[in-house]
Amino acid sequence: MFIKQVSVFLENTKGRLAEITRLLADNNVDLKAMSIAETADFGILRVIVEDPENAVAILKGKGFIASITDVVAVELNDRPGGFADVLEILAKEGINVNYVYSTIHSKKDTAMIVLKVEEPGKVIDILGANGVKLYKATEL
Amino acid sequence: MIWNEAIECADRSEIEKIQLEKLKKVVAHAYENQMPYRKKMEAAGVKPEDIQTLADITKLPFVTKDDLAENYPTGMWAVDKHDIVRVHASSGTTGKPKIAGYTRNDLEMWGECVARCLAMAGADQDSVVQVAYGYGLFTGGLGAHIGAEKMGCMVIPMSSGNTQKQLMFMQDMKTNILCCTPSYALTLAEAAEHAGLKPENLHLTGGVFGAEPWTEGMRWEIEKRLGLKAHDIYGLSEIMGPGVSASCDENAGMHIQDDYFYVEVLDPDTLEPVPDGEKGELVITTIGKEGMPMIRYRTRDICYITHEPCACGRTTTRMSRVFGRTDDMLIIRGVNVFPSQVETVIARFENKLTMNYKLYVGREDNKDTFELAVELADGLAIDDIKYVEALKADIDRELRSILGIGCKIRLLNPGTLPRSEGKAKRVEDTRNL
Ligand SMILES: [Zn+2]
Repeated sequence: MFIKQVSVFLENTKGRLAEITRLLADNNVDLKAMSIAETADFGILRVIVEDPENAVAILKGKGFIASITDVVAVELNDRPGGFADVLEILAKEGINVNYVYSTIHSKKDTAMIVLKVEEPGKVIDILGANGVKLYKATEL
Repeated sequence: MIWNEAIECADRSEIEKIQLEKLKKVVAHAYENQMPYRKKMEAAGVKPEDIQTLADITKLPFVTKDDLAENYPTGMWAVDKHDIVRVHASSGTTGKPKIAGYTRNDLEMWGECVARCLAMAGADQDSVVQVAYGYGLFTGGLGAHIGAEKMGCMVIPMSSGNTQKQLMFMQDMKTNILCCTPSYALTLAEAAEHAGLKPENLHLTGGVFGAEPWTEGMRWEIEKRLGLKAHDIYGLSEIMGPGVSASCDENAGMHIQDDYFYVEVLDPDTLEPVPDGEKGELVITTIGKEGMPMIRYRTRDICYITHEPCACGRTTTRMSRVFGRTDDMLIIRGVNVFPSQVETVIARFENKLTMNYKLYVGREDNKDTFELAVELADGLAIDDIKYVEALKADIDRELRSILGIGCKIRLLNPGTLPRSEGKAKRVEDTRNL
């Protein structure tokens, strides 16, 4: 149920982002989801791809600091409050969410949200018990 | 092995006797044959016969790199050009190089000095010595070469650069002694790792590294990554080249070839001697050189010395590593900063940072700007802004505690900074003061 996300350290230059996305595209790596966390002078690119180990190897080969992080991906009905429901469930259990982002393309009338939490295993159990639909890696 | 036990392990009184005799001789030689120095002696009112003890050396005037510039190209030479068999040069302050001339005896002496240094690193007649210092006007390549040849080693004159070929020779010729700059040693280590080579796939046992300041942190890193024992070698082209001193297995400072170099350590401001163990500017008198003798040459290198005998058995004077050059010293917001201090801090973050770094100094709104760009270590896992911010805060705190000032920190992906094949360019100062 874990989704393996690829995280890449970026010196905060526009050129570097273009370089990475081009590098992945040239290697036929399709980005299923992507987000960038930025500060004034550096950033972290987070992507979800079909074969994360391969993507990390490609990136490391070009000298990038790249690694894999376990995240959880949930499906939301595309209606107001869907996301708030999930956060409330987690808050009630005292789970801290480090960051969230949503997908680039999703199934009709649903949205996919990626969550990074401290204990993804526990979170999967909690959300599953509350009837939240979780994506498997193969469904992305 | 100790190459010349009779000299390297002699009683101090014996060494001092040799030094005084040779000092008198070189002062007389300079007075007779090195006109710019004779003029200095005349201006100071000192004659060769005034030198009766080693302490009398303080009566003699200094020589600086400015004297070499003023007497460019060969005004400081003290023999007929007919007797010069080799020249080397290093960059000078005015754009003109400092050119040193060597007689046949000078080359013989150089070989002897470097052979002693190579022996400290474990070399002997059966060694395969790969010289990856640049060959040419720079003294590194031919200096290491002449010592290894004198010893009777198998010398591989690779010169610097061509890293893949270096690795090929290292494996195929079973090189056991490597001579190069410490930054190039790290470049080689990195290339070896990229090629999937482990230290045990190489045959290296000892390294003789010099020509640029380096730190204990770099030493550990080189030793671990190349599987050898790293030794320091010191020298400068105006004086001779590498081989003035080198460190033995005790790693307790560099043994100076006392029978060829008389050293003093002085307060760079007052030019008064400082006691053993206290840092100051190293001043060297060549007491065996003919072509270009240097009397009380101000090296600008900051170090300290000791006359205590070493656990290795040698009794020669030992100098510490060079902490920086008085010219490398950056004055940032009124504080003296040596790049080597920054290196010491970087080395404390062994698993997170590499030794590939660069300092940028500039000026904005009449205030100095100071930035450290450093590459992150391969294999880090970074998913979190907070992790990076915390690392930057840790580096900043350590820098402040050592330098007394803070600095903007820019972290880079591995391999981003330009790689060096010789001396690494560590500082870019764009202030026009
Ligand atoms: Zn020793």
